[in-house]
Amino acid sequence: MEFKMQTRKLEFYYGKVRALSKITMGIEEHQITALIGPSGCGKTTFLRLLNRMNDVISGTHLAGDVLLDGQNIYAPQVDVVEVRKRVGMVFQQPNPFPKSIYANVAFGPRMLGLNNKAKLDEVVERSLRAAALWDEVKDNLGKSGMLLSGGQQQRLCIARVLAVEPEVILMDEPCSALDPLSTLRIEELMRDLKTNYTIIIVTHNMQQAARVSEWTGFFLLGELVEYNKTGEIFQRPKDKKTEDYITGRFG
Amino acid sequence: MAPREKFDQHLKELQDEVLVLGSMVGKAIARSMNALKERDLELAKEVMSGDTGIDHKRLDIEERCIELIVTQQPVASDLRTIIAVLNIIVDLERIGDHAEGIAKIVLMIGNEPPLKPLIDLPRMAEKTQDMLRRSLDAFIDRDPETAVNISNEDDEVDELYDQVYRELITFMLEDPRTITRATRLIWAAHNLERSADRVTNICERVVFATTGKMGETGESRY
Repeated sequence: MEFKMQTRKLEFYYGKVRALSKITMGIEEHQITALIGPSGCGKTTFLRLLNRMNDVISGTHLAGDVLLDGQNIYAPQVDVVEVRKRVGMVFQQPNPFPKSIYANVAFGPRMLGLNNKAKLDEVVERSLRAAALWDEVKDNLGKSGMLLSGGQQQRLCIARVLAVEPEVILMDEPCSALDPLSTLRIEELMRDLKTNYTIIIVTHNMQQAARVSEWTGFFLLGELVEYNKTGEIFQRPKDKKTEDYITGRFG
Repeated sequence: MAPREKFDQHLKELQDEVLVLGSMVGKAIARSMNALKERDLELAKEVMSGDTGIDHKRLDIEERCIELIVTQQPVASDLRTIIAVLNIIVDLERIGDHAEGIAKIVLMIGNEPPLKPLIDLPRMAEKTQDMLRRSLDAFIDRDPETAVNISNEDDEVDELYDQVYRELITFMLEDPRTITRATRLIWAAHNLERSADRVTNICERVVFATTGKMGETGESRY
């Protein structure tokens, strides 16, 4: 089977400390894959390796491959900007730029050279619609993105990612700063988005993983302990460590 | 305090309650059979009124399960335990209904002269009670292997049922005046046969709770 993304024996080191050991994992296209595990288990490190976000941390190195459509994104000739365009990221804290809603969404396309006003308008509207924010902000596009509610800010950040037409969206605890209702809206949005995108989400909220994802990977101490269909993981996990973690008897 | 200590305590209590319900049901089967054997109408009435207690206990356990699901969001083996309990208590309650059914038959028979001494019917009742008790032990012990074995013992109850049925048919053929009385005994046997089938359901839930596998543990002939 062809995976949208794939890691092969992926290892990552902070200095001499190994944060990930030989992770081999395939990410299905147009599905939501959740990564769960206790703090420090390596799941966020893993996520950030999928669009080379860890490149900027000095003193780190990796071994193994990360493939996007079968191409190694760490190969020497690969343009890292192109990788991050194809693999977008949404962070834990909504982080809109201190600019207007419009400018936030238009930022990426402008950076990539799009300056035609009509075309930018179109991209902004399409992205905000896809992020389920358009109806709430369409009359106030000049308003600062910082003035939106937390849930709206996060959807703005998702719109900003969508504006550069990525293929994969990485989400690092996208709802941990949001109230339950905003959380459910983002989850609903994720389910809509997976028709066109492949989503990988890191979450501490196991109910969230169970609710939104088709696949779940459980990380512990830098290892991928178990990776399976979400229903299987939460009904009949195969590994005792997975069982202990998801039933809250870990540690 | 270990994580989820309270939850573990609640899960244990829940399973203890299942054992209590199981014991109530087992007693109901034994007493209804005694009432049939001894033609004890008072005892039969007690079994019938006791069924309300069984129904209440089942609802009480069901409510506890729902509360644990709502408040604890169980997953994996915790979830399977609660789902298994929800299913097992339905089977237990139905076995209780079968005991009540036998008690009703006792009242119908009233003071009619006995057709024959009862031998195979009490055997069916004993076998069913024994299977019931051991199936609940297997649940508490999470012992799927024993559960499957118990399930296979349903054949013995089926064989006894065949025997009772054939014998009573013979009675009816020889003397049509026995038809009413013989039919009632067939009903009683049928209640026991169904009870043992319910025990096989419980065994299936033991397998599910332990392994997560769902399915029939054995085929009943009826």
